[in-house]
Amino acid sequence: MHHSERLAPDEVALLVTSLKALSGAVSYIDNVHHDSLLNSIFGMSLWKYGPDVMDALLELIIALAASNGKYVDSCLDMLVSNFMPPMYLVNTLKQPRGLAKKEQVLSRVHTALEGIVDLIPMAASRLSSVVVHRMPTTFKKDLQKDHLMYRTEVYVENILRLESGAIREFVGSRMLMAVVDMLIELDVAIGWDDILQDDSCKGIFAIELEDADEVAADDDNDENDYAELPRTLNRKSLGKNIVADLLDSLMVQTFEHLESCARNKRLGEVFETLLDSFMLTILNTYKSKFAQFVMFYACALDPEKCGVKFANTLVDRFVCSDNAVTRMSAVAYLASYLARAKFLSAAFVASTLKRLVDWCLEYCETQNGEMNPKAHRVFYSGCQAIMYVLCFRMRSLMDVPRLKSQLLVMPLGPVLKHKLDPLKVCLPSIVEEFLKQAKAAYLLTTSETFIFEDLLESDFSRDFGGLERLDMFFPFDPCLLKKCDRGYIRPNFVYWKHVRTTYGSDEEDSSDEDITEDFVVVNGESFMEEEGAGSLDEQHLDLDEFDYAMNKMSITPKNGFTYRFGGEQMQMPSRIRPSTTPESL
Amino acid sequence: MEGLSVSDANLVVYVHPSRSKNVSQAILRELSSLLFKFNETFDGVVLAYAVNALDKHARILSGVHPYFGVRLKANLLLFSPKPNMLLEGKVVKLMRESIHVIVLGFSSAVIVDEDIRDEFRYKSKRGEGKYVSRVHKRHTIKVGTMIRFLVKSLDEEILHISGSLIPDHTGSVGWLDGDVKNSTTESNKKRKQPDGEIEVQELGIASGDTHSVNNDREIKKKKKRRNAEEH
Repeated sequence: MHHSERLAPDEVALLVTSLKALSGAVSYIDNVHHDSLLNSIFGMSLWKYGPDVMDALLELIIALAASNGKYVDSCLDMLVSNFMPPMYLVNTLKQPRGLAKKEQVLSRVHTALEGIVDLIPMAASRLSSVVVHRMPTTFKKDLQKDHLMYRTEVYVENILRLESGAIREFVGSRMLMAVVDMLIELDVAIGWDDILQDDSCKGIFAIELEDADEVAADDDNDENDYAELPRTLNRKSLGKNIVADLLDSLMVQTFEHLESCARNKRLGEVFETLLDSFMLTILNTYKSKFAQFVMFYACALDPEKCGVKFANTLVDRFVCSDNAVTRMSAVAYLASYLARAKFLSAAFVASTLKRLVDWCLEYCETQNGEMNPKAHRVFYSGCQAIMYVLCFRMRSLMDVPRLKSQLLVMPLGPVLKHKLDPLKVCLPSIVEEFLKQAKAAYLLTTSETFIFEDLLESDFSRDFGGLERLDMFFPFDPCLLKKCDRGYIRPNFVYWKHVRTTYGSDEEDSSDEDITEDFVVVNGESFMEEEGAGSLDEQHLDLDEFDYAMNKMSITPKNGFTYRFGGEQMQMPSRIRPSTTPESL
Repeated sequence: MEGLSVSDANLVVYVHPSRSKNVSQAILRELSSLLFKFNETFDGVVLAYAVNALDKHARILSGVHPYFGVRLKANLLLFSPKPNMLLEGKVVKLMRESIHVIVLGFSSAVIVDEDIRDEFRYKSKRGEGKYVSRVHKRHTIKVGTMIRFLVKSLDEEILHISGSLIPDHTGSVGWLDGDVKNSTTESNKKRKQPDGEIEVQELGIASGDTHSVNNDREIKKKKKRRNAEEH
């Protein structure tokens, strides 16, 4: 029954007839006596055959499953193993005509699965287990990586198809959680080392940094050169990494799935599952670098409901949870999210900030003690979150009279100037930027001058951040995965470069507005942004100085050992962070 | 329909210390994990539960994790089909070789051709199959028909039942019950009446047709009793 070459028509007919005959006789098949026959049947791969044989085989599988409870697991297993094409077919399938073949096979597999669940409702839960069990988990970097990648992508395509298919009621949420789990696993497998510590890359960074400085010094910079540099940086750093590539394409697949859910008006229910999954797994996975962007994109697709719900859930977790580390993580996510999500309204940001400030005020009113980074770490993380969000949003809040008055009424002074001294404990770079903007906006003035000497972090911040370095945790910093950032995240993302600060001049504002207009762009038109960014740099070179320091706002890895070696390298890493925007030079 | 019963159970749920903040939630969670699985202790599948009484005190177990055991009383709706019981289900697929049925919406059953009595003849018209009785032309079984069948065996893991339509009192429920005039009185008497059945109907589980016949009997019984009392 197993053939490796193409079958001649009469062989096909014979095979079809024998399969159909078997379908009729399923009740007589015994699992002990006909062991080898069963093994033969379950070992057949649908991909090798034409539609006639496929149909006959699937009919047999369904009949087997329905005839006896003993065969259900094997039948499901056989069908799920057909989610992935055999290695030798991968090249053919990647071509345009291969798509038709893939659809031919997969549509039949899914119809068969639905057929089995129709006849045996309990099979649905078995199916979820089989799918999760059979997920490809080893990602060897050497063996035929392209093929491995492709097959994994097809498997995930199938999982997502189950999520939105006819039996989604029974398997949908488990499928979605399985996808998120896989994304996290891949994400955690990519070390920052893979992205940053490539020695050759370091050299290149250094050179390019100088180049960039020289370039910036000129009045007329060739914007083409300028725009290209970061892209080569990117490809060199992440492109070598097969796991990152795979994660990138799987995230794109997930985004597209979310888009289709939104079109079919089921984003709400999908979001519930996604949110639960996030709170259970991603929230507490500190090495997670990109997987959280799935939440970001889901929120972007429906800012009013999903976007708001995400933020509110994070606030609730911060305010109500018992676990300090979870709370700090939640508020770090919240801060990064409120700062970076372009689709959130200023009013909503203001009201969420108010909740945070109120909590912080309540907390410090009950405290009599002095500064103690470890003991009051939840409080300090709350304060840092408030300051971080205001660094990004202060200007936009101050620009709206109603929100400005809300902001002015907020007890920022009592909280930040309290005995517990959050201004000393929180990350110096953030405190510095915040104070600068607060002063310019007449929001808050401090009698002390804080001299931070351009420090990124301090001993105090390390203390409150703890082992997990939650003081330097900005989970929604620019996504480094090319495909998902370019097409999906970027239009919804706030880059620090384009943030209007309260001390910025009006001239900058107009150009910034140009930029934001260019940014309000749909997928695929990202080339427009680059031109916009180029023109900005042409016109306002003094901004680069701000960029240099301001990019400190985009630091991500908590175990940033690259920072610790001497003072000079303090500033460089913030630039080296290969962000996909052309501006960061 | 047989096989359904409500039983009173005295249970002890062991709760992990981390759940001590919300014990009722933990207990409900634990009970929910029993649902739709075959349970050896209860000798059946738990379909529903209702917690009656919860003890105020719990005993803490000694050990690495100090679980504490909460005693409670609950009513459990159990489904325990045994061989030779009569069950009812809806036909979802009909073939020459077999009839596939779904019982109570979750349990699957199959009746193979050798277990379908000769009275029934398979007919296929325009792709749609049906079984027609040779004796009573009106007695047909199609996709969507509710049928009553005998249990041969049960696969406890996947709740898959192997059934039989050999006995005379099996077949389409609509025909067996609705058309009382046409069916022989013998078949009605042959039908078993276990004790649990009346209770089950009050919960509204069994199919509509069986209700009418048994309710009449019940009402008659009550009337007889009342008459006896009055006299």
